[in-house]
Amino acid sequence: MTPTIERDEREYDVVVIGAGGAGIRAAIEAKMQGARTALVCKSLFGKAHTVMAEGGIAAALRNVWKEDGWDVHFRDTMRGGKLLNSWRMAQLHAQEAPERVLELEEWGAMFDRTPDGLILQRDFGGHRYARPAHVGDRTGLEMIRTLQHKAVELGIDVLMECTITKLLLDDGHPSGAFGYWRQSGRFILIRAKAIVLATGGAGKAWRITSNSWEYTGDGMAMALESGADLVDMEFVQFHPTGMVWPASVRGVLVTEGVRGDGGTLKNSRGERFMFRYIPEFFKAETADNEAEADGWYENKKDNRRTPDLLPRDEVARAINAEVKAGRGSPHGGVFLDIASRRTPGFIQSRLPSMYHQFKELADIDITTEAMEVGPTCHYFMGGVRVDPETEASTVAGIFAAGEVAGGMHGANRLGGNSLSDLLVFGRRAGLGAALYAAGQRAPGAVDEHEVEEAARRMVAPLERGASLTGAPTPEAEDPYRIHSDLQTTMQDLVGIIRTGSELEEAVRRIGALRERLDRVAVKGGRRYNPGWNLALDLRSLLTVAEAVTRAAAMRTESRGGHTRDDFPNPDAQWATRNVIVRMRDRQLALATEPLAAPPPELQRILSGEPAKTEPAIESTVPTPAGGFR
Amino acid sequence: MSAETPHEVTVRVWRGEDRATGRFEEHTVGADPGMVVLDVMFKVQAEQVPDLAVRWNCKAGKCGSCSAEINGDPKLMCMTRVSSLPANEPITVAPMAAFPLVRDLVTDVSFNYEKAKAIPNVRLSPRGPDGTRRMYQEEVERVQEFHKCIECFLCQNVCHVIRDHEENKQAFSGPRFFVRLAALEMHPLDTHDRLEMIRAKHGLGFCNITKCCTEVCPESIHITDNAIIQLKERVVTEYYDPLVWVKRRVFGEKESTR
Ligand SMILES: Cc1cc2nc3c(=O)[nH]c(=O)nc-3n(C[C@H](O)[C@H](O)[C@H](O)COP(=O)(O)OP(=O)(O)OC[C@H]3O[C@@H](n4cnc5c(N)ncnc54)[C@H](O)[C@@H]3O)c2cc1C
Ligand code: SF4
Ligand code: SF4
Ligand code: FES
Repeated sequence: MTPTIERDEREYDVVVIGAGGAGIRAAIEAKMQGARTALVCKSLFGKAHTVMAEGGIAAALRNVWKEDGWDVHFRDTMRGGKLLNSWRMAQLHAQEAPERVLELEEWGAMFDRTPDGLILQRDFGGHRYARPAHVGDRTGLEMIRTLQHKAVELGIDVLMECTITKLLLDDGHPSGAFGYWRQSGRFILIRAKAIVLATGGAGKAWRITSNSWEYTGDGMAMALESGADLVDMEFVQFHPTGMVWPASVRGVLVTEGVRGDGGTLKNSRGERFMFRYIPEFFKAETADNEAEADGWYENKKDNRRTPDLLPRDEVARAINAEVKAGRGSPHGGVFLDIASRRTPGFIQSRLPSMYHQFKELADIDITTEAMEVGPTCHYFMGGVRVDPETEASTVAGIFAAGEVAGGMHGANRLGGNSLSDLLVFGRRAGLGAALYAAGQRAPGAVDEHEVEEAARRMVAPLERGASLTGAPTPEAEDPYRIHSDLQTTMQDLVGIIRTGSELEEAVRRIGALRERLDRVAVKGGRRYNPGWNLALDLRSLLTVAEAVTRAAAMRTESRGGHTRDDFPNPDAQWATRNVIVRMRDRQLALATEPLAAPPPELQRILSGEPAKTEPAIESTVPTPAGGFR
Repeated sequence: MSAETPHEVTVRVWRGEDRATGRFEEHTVGADPGMVVLDVMFKVQAEQVPDLAVRWNCKAGKCGSCSAEINGDPKLMCMTRVSSLPANEPITVAPMAAFPLVRDLVTDVSFNYEKAKAIPNVRLSPRGPDGTRRMYQEEVERVQEFHKCIECFLCQNVCHVIRDHEENKQAFSGPRFFVRLAALEMHPLDTHDRLEMIRAKHGLGFCNITKCCTEVCPESIHITDNAIIQLKERVVTEYYDPLVWVKRRVFGEKESTR
């Protein structure tokens, strides 16, 4: 069929959508396997969300604590996730993370060092030993730049400021991806044999969030539309410590490294309230008095971990409760104090960006004053359901890695476990996609009707906008207003503490927003038009918001990042069930499926025994048989 | 708050797709406590100019996307507090001048991505017998200063070699890439020798150490003192000290790349 839509066209073996840590690592792997590889991103190369990561990348390198190992890391990850994780992903992650970190070093990353010249590791919430490797509080920058340079070295084609809006399939196999260049507004069709989704999360659906504009859930929505399953969508992580003041920076992240390096949470009475919020599940491993908690930083053998470093869901709920009880800080958060506990020199050298961020944006000197912090929407545990070994989604030829994928973190992610996840599963996804592509003669055929329909849908807001004269009317909806209304809905009704009636109300409101989106009108042209770009992103954002809300309504218990006021306790029946979200006939369809139990050897590790065997790291990854011409 | 918050803030923001026909447009929006210039742009977009082109990502000074010229000073829009600017006059916001305009405040910075391709990546000496690489905090810190670069390209934007002379762009990579080259050059375990390349291909000689780049760097990297001058000294030693030259060639400390 002859193309009817004017567009640029490219052809590759593998197209990786998203250039954060996961996407770049996937592209590197695919390229090293010999696949013709394209790396596509909505913003400039090197600016993806990963650049913002602060505290560290978790890997049992055993440089600081010899007692650490993949088994301990595995156990911490599973317990942090309330045992709802894909055990196989958690295992692969713990086993492979150290090698992936050393590989980053090989490619030029310069982590902070121990006195004997090895990679230094720091304390983080939920980790038994000091584990995350880091570069002060700008670990993500180091990681993305290192990967970026490696991608440049390999000559990977990077298509930047290019937004993909639709995946194209031909009889169940990928034919490519369709989208537009932000700078020119021109359409682009990238034909490819295999697709890796690495588009990150969807935190932009909430008002108070640490996420950037890119986080609109495009990958999850496109996966759904292509027929793939999502899993664990009800689990959204609210990071306990975002800035709360001034209003303009509300939600900006304050790294967990502050607590890892000795900072402590206090309420308006000066109490270290976390001691009152230690759940049964973590009692045995958590200090119940200040002396022991403070002693733990130096001596982990004889002291238990400070409750300030309980997993994030626990800390976020505790802060929420303190504020509700009227013991919050002046601007509705609590205090995070490192000033009275560490020297100014230590704080400035360990937490330079935090120092800078508070000084510049809030006129607070964190070496002399406490910070005001409160929960902020941060991370999606849920996402595309994948095969642990290859990151293949449930649709042939479509792979997913990084925050867009689900399973690895269960009901709650530990700090530092995302950056390591990106590398471990980014690599595996790139390998999986390259192998898949090697088995295909050519990309599938492109259905021109589908492309035409997608293109028409994309320009519709501009066509409606062209006839617009004055301010938006009910017949011509404004994208910024729809976005803002969605953020209010999610913030108020699908936040940290949820309840059945509110979730129902949220589903209703999201439905109404979707109707309004059908009438969205945008002024201007296609060339770098943020209003238009937002109007297109909103489609994904609404789909993902609905998926989260309906999954949250389905899970009638409280576990990890999902807390129900009307079902305040964990329910044994839900302990081994995942909520799966699919799209059928353009409607979301939800189901629950049983979660496989870990094999006996891992069960033993979970109950506290060390692993008997060293990990056989590479054995699970097949090497490509075919290769590329 | 350092200054009291006014009720309104007015910006003169550059609009257009072409430097010749574009113009400044004035917009006034309500002020919020702690507001940064990027917040003002968001308000203008949401309330008055939905298609105002602005590039940003993190809104926390970490990604280097939101570079602009604010009242004539090259800065990050997300880290410039409205309260830090004169209260009684409009804030002028213009796109970076050294790069081709795409639209409004957005420029085409692909020049920088092209230059990046011309720098060979690290190639480290092999791991030690225990499977690790040892580097010490002091030697790492020197390089970490350079790794703080968020690629905002503000230094590239102010460097007169680029800004005033389009024709130099071919032979001159600019301060951002001297920072990158210095990081590689000072990496304790890297085995490449890039000195000839730094001189011949990246145009280090064009720089006359005006220090404008250092002044605008939002990451406070000492671009001139710690990167450029160090590189210049190394190039001089390499090329004009015959002993060093012979030693390098004979003992092959680093492999040269041209
Ligand atoms: C402030 C902050 C601090 C953090 N600190 C830590 C930490 O210390 N340790 C840790 O482990 N984790 C941390 N996290 C979490 C972690 O940074 C993220 O989960 C992780 O970086 C996600 O990486 P990713 O590769 O999945 O996606 P991202 O890095 O988010 O990249 C997504 C990519 O997809 C592209 N994209 C999206 N949609 C499209 C589309 N439609 N078309 C084309 N391209 C598209 C984007 O342009 C981008 O390139 C932090 C997160 C934040 C926000
Ligand atoms: S010091 Fe050199 S690189 Fe920096 S602005 Fe001046 S001429 Fe350009
Ligand atoms: S060196 Fe500084 S000014 Fe230059 S690009 Fe990097 S961060 Fe920006
Ligand atoms: S938006 Fe990232 S530096 Fe300003």
